Amino acid sequence: MCLKFVATKEKKIMAQTVLHTANTRGAADHGWLKSFHSFSFAGYYNPERIHFGALRVLNDDFVTGGMGFGEHPHDNMEIISIPLEGALQHKDSLGTTATIKSGEIQVMSAGTGVYHSEYNPDATNPAKFLQIWVFPNKRNVEPRYDQITIDATTRNEFVQVLSPNANDAGVWIYQDAWFNIGRFDAATTKTYNLHKTGNGAYIFVLKGSIKIDGQNVGTRDGFGIWDTEKFEITASTDAEFLIMEVPMEF
Amino acid sequence: MANILIVCANQPIATTIARLIDKIDDWHASIALSLNHALENCYAKTFDVILIGSGISQEHEDILRLHLEKLNTKTPVVKHYGGGGGLLYAEIYQALERND
Repeated sequence: MCLKFVATKEKKIMAQTVLHTANTRGAADHGWLKSFHSFSFAGYYNPERIHFGALRVLNDDFVTGGMGFGEHPHDNMEIISIPLEGALQHKDSLGTTATIKSGEIQVMSAGTGVYHSEYNPDATNPAKFLQIWVFPNKRNVEPRYDQITIDATTRNEFVQVLSPNANDAGVWIYQDAWFNIGRFDAATTKTYNLHKTGNGAYIFVLKGSIKIDGQNVGTRDGFGIWDTEKFEITASTDAEFLIMEVPMEF
Repeated sequence: MANILIVCANQPIATTIARLIDKIDDWHASIALSLNHALENCYAKTFDVILIGSGISQEHEDILRLHLEKLNTKTPVVKHYGGGGGLLYAEIYQALERND
């Protein structure tokens, strides 16, 4: 973790940052499931990596063909799934049966409790997806499910895929969180402005490499930044990344 | 042996959490499905961790904490999130570390 000053016209804010390189993540290999955990999850416990603000889980999952997660419960958590390759078939106790595929995003507010299962419906090809859990700002809500197609064509802009607002772009959750996907051509630079004071951002690089306020961040690395109003992202190569803006205190 | 009380109004989820806890050597889970049931447990036995699961209101959690103060116990009361094993072990390890 390091500190640095970010100069603004109005004032100097001491931005704080943390870099989690890909090779320092927790790893689990269950044969049919290979998972890398950016934060403590299941059998991986690292007291230095419990959460980033309200972001509690970032799992980078690989599910072999025809396999998946049997029925299991969730409660009081905002659960976001983003397939990167292949598809997942979802069934839950709300009566939802749906298939989510690459180019879509799924959200489930677990609230008072929901059971669900997720399988890779393709018998031969693997499914790769991100599983992200965000602490809710309200406990014991009525469980809900949603999924949408996300804009996969826009380049060199931040594409919002999640917000706290039902009428805003992307899916919504019970938390003051905003997620954006960036697909940048090499050498593209953009400034990300945080939506809310007290929020931080955790950036996870899916492909290529980027610089965030000068810090190199490679494929599958995670970089957290907070106590700032904005930061600059420059693509070192053609790159794809996910920005998860969440409250640092909740 | 760490004794862990799960206070959760959703019985299937409480049962799942208890099964996951009981898989760990030296951990033992008890279940309370309501505030009253939790209080009965706490007056009968000292727990190392109390997990607050789904369906338990903040008001009931606060009442439980007041009774624990009366009992002069420093048992950590932690909110359980997620409903399954993903976060469960970290929540308990953290609580046990605080209790040491």
